[in-house]
Amino acid sequence: MIKLIGVYKEYPRSGLALKNVSFHLRKGEFAFLTGPSGAGKSTILRLIHMAERPTEGEVRVSGFSSAHLRRREVPRLRRRVGMVFQSFRLLRDRTAAENLAFALEVTGARQNEIKAKVQRLLAQVGLAAKAGAFPDELSGGEQQRVAMARALIHDPVVLLADEPMGNLDERAARGIFELTRDINSSGTAVLMATHDLDLVRHFPQYRVIELAEGAVVYDSGIGEDASEADGAS
Amino acid sequence: MARHSIREAIGALRRAPGLAILSAVSIGLSLFVLGTFGLVAYNVELTLQSVEQRVEVVAYLRDDISAAQLEALQNDIRSFAEVEAVTHVSKFEAMRNAMQQLEEFREVFSDLEVNPLPASIEVQLKPDYRAPESVARVAELIAFYPFVEDVRYGREWVDKIYQLRRLGGAVAVILGLAFAVVAILIIGTTVRMAVMARREEIIIMRLVGATDGFIRRPFLLEGLVTGLAGGLLAFLLTYGAFWLVDGSLIDLQWLPPGWAAGGALAGGLLGLLASGAALRRHLILQE
Repeated sequence: MIKLIGVYKEYPRSGLALKNVSFHLRKGEFAFLTGPSGAGKSTILRLIHMAERPTEGEVRVSGFSSAHLRRREVPRLRRRVGMVFQSFRLLRDRTAAENLAFALEVTGARQNEIKAKVQRLLAQVGLAAKAGAFPDELSGGEQQRVAMARALIHDPVVLLADEPMGNLDERAARGIFELTRDINSSGTAVLMATHDLDLVRHFPQYRVIELAEGAVVYDSGIGEDASEADGAS
Repeated sequence: MARHSIREAIGALRRAPGLAILSAVSIGLSLFVLGTFGLVAYNVELTLQSVEQRVEVVAYLRDDISAAQLEALQNDIRSFAEVEAVTHVSKFEAMRNAMQQLEEFREVFSDLEVNPLPASIEVQLKPDYRAPESVARVAELIAFYPFVEDVRYGREWVDKIYQLRRLGGAVAVILGLAFAVVAILIIGTTVRMAVMARREEIIIMRLVGATDGFIRRPFLLEGLVTGLAGGLLAFLLTYGAFWLVDGSLIDLQWLPPGWAAGGALAGGLLGLLASGAALRRHLILQE
């Protein structure tokens, strides 16, 4: 479903960020992307989101390929790929419900669908009672829940999470991680970038892809890949 | 979708009304310059048309021309394709006209023993042949006849009016363009600031899969509205200038409706183009 094939990414100033990265994230799979800061975790997420294109190699996401994707097709891809960040990226002048409604409005949803969908998503992330709160009135964990709800708004096939618990205290982080697991158990694949090795060790059932200096140095999912058919991609 | 664009555009105009007004005024001034010169050019054109109707070639004749020669000359000139009518003015008629038209010289003329004024033939041209080139050609042809002493046709000032019109047009285009460039730069800055102000929103729109067209539309609408406001302002300013000058300094004709409407629409188009160009540059940087 998501496939990176021999991907290199080079930036004019900072040089090579990714070196020959290949992996295959299957439908409904949960994987950690680990490694120290600057190892290339965020670059991989940006490549999957097609915010950038690889210098060499190919990125395939749910039927789209970085090799042929046209600029005007990118929005369609992004509706299939939800993304959350360490910094939440909510609009501060809009309430939780308005932040979600905004994401629907700007992608052309009908007015009569918006309200019901926003309520359902807020309930799903446990924030039904805080629909009218502005981001500054919410805790960090609650803000991240709103961001998660927004990422799920188009029922994506995969959720990309870039250090989603990086700004949270332990309790809030645990809550967000549990929410991520719930999302995964309902069928959405999750690729979570984190440098929290304790968390990774705590859940050995999940796949780990470890990066160092732009290259994959360990992949617990390797070997399984060959035996499985490439589903949607 | 349209609702979202309109709401966002109104929101943006509300957030930074100063910039929107500055943009509208700069478009308004650039079109006002064009409008004023358009008004002048249009009135010069009307004057030219009426002057052209009065354009005639006068051939002054030698005193020793015989009646038969005069008859032959008139017939000849009448047969030219450009000529509409030929009128003979005798020496006596010339003196009478001069005495009527130049009252202050009446006594001087009365004291003369010999009539010094020559007889002449006044040649009116057909409407299609009243431009400077054809007038000059007819005058040249008539000058070839042996009994023609001299040919006059007020060439200098016909040429001057034509030159004035061309100059007016050139000045209008150059000044109008200069102002238009300023207007485009100001609108570009306005759009850039609007893009900056809504940077977070644009990032999130991209994140959740809004199309480029959807992201652009409110900004384009904002440019269009600003431009149309500028066009309207230019219309009012030009009409104000017309109202001030007309009747007090000189008599003027107001522009044909098509020109005025075209000017206001040009404002809208200018606004649209300027914001389109600015978006092309700044939205890509937001990726």
